[in-house]
Amino acid sequence: MTNDRLTIAGREFKSRLWVGTGKYKDFAETRRAIEASGADVVTVAVRRVNITDRSKENLLDYIDPKKYTILPNTAGCYTVEDAVRYSRLARAAGVSDLVKLEVIGDEKTLFPDTAGLIEAAKILIKEGFIVLPYTNDDPIVAKKLVDIGCPAVMPLAAPIGSGLGIRNPYNLKIILETVKVPIIVDAGVGTASDAALAMEYGADAVLMNTAIAGAKDPIMMAEAMKYAVDAGRLAYRAGRIPRKLYATASSPIEGML
Amino acid sequence: MQVQINGEQRTLATGLTVAKLLQELDIRPDRVAVELNLAILDRSEFDGRSLQEGDRIEIISFIGGGQRVR
Repeated sequence: MTNDRLTIAGREFKSRLWVGTGKYKDFAETRRAIEASGADVVTVAVRRVNITDRSKENLLDYIDPKKYTILPNTAGCYTVEDAVRYSRLARAAGVSDLVKLEVIGDEKTLFPDTAGLIEAAKILIKEGFIVLPYTNDDPIVAKKLVDIGCPAVMPLAAPIGSGLGIRNPYNLKIILETVKVPIIVDAGVGTASDAALAMEYGADAVLMNTAIAGAKDPIMMAEAMKYAVDAGRLAYRAGRIPRKLYATASSPIEGML
Repeated sequence: MQVQINGEQRTLATGLTVAKLLQELDIRPDRVAVELNLAILDRSEFDGRSLQEGDRIEIISFIGGGQRVR
């Protein structure tokens, strides 16, 4: 996998598997899962500090910001105003201009509000943010996000936490063909083959949380996802054979009795 | 003086600075962002910024979260 680094807005990433840090049993398990996944980008949420119980440990005690790229998200934001406010707070709390922008449109599906997403992205890009937008599997919206200055686009595979895998492979393929920035498939992965498939289609990376954190053995699943993403990437680069309806013998006919 | 911190009413010594408040709450300033009456403060302002009666303060940090926190 040498010389196959993912580059976004001048930043180079060694892993094409990005992971979230939610839903783990504790911070120790979070750290072990991230280590097993080989990811170097981890997403975090922005929330109020608990001021009444300061005994609580900090996530950053377990995930070294010098070792990992901390990618704050705006999870839970349903309006442009909230998403912008959370992004600004994330930048003030952290060290970079990176933000995974989410503007959620609906509580049941957690599908993105793509109109709000574009609006929020425009505001943040003007303020110097590097906006990585969580969007629908809509090629037109993906293109618009690139046009306004997003250096990568993160279309969903399926609803967040659903584990349904890639629901619309044809749209994803159109996005991969038409959008000329890195595509990170985000949300909806259920198991290793889903991640491998996304990479075989030509996705540049896959981001997941629940598929790992919700597995019976999160550490083992994190490792499985690492292999899946690597295998899918290699298969994509190697170039698969075309599908044919009938057989083609692998062994020569010559020399048969 | 009365202020609101992360949605909770608190009574603080008059003129307390943001830096002192964080110290009292045992919060590392390099791990948080502070919003004072909806305006985000730069870390360099923590030392010099005194709080006023009725201020609304938000102290935020990063927590575990991938696509959504439940």
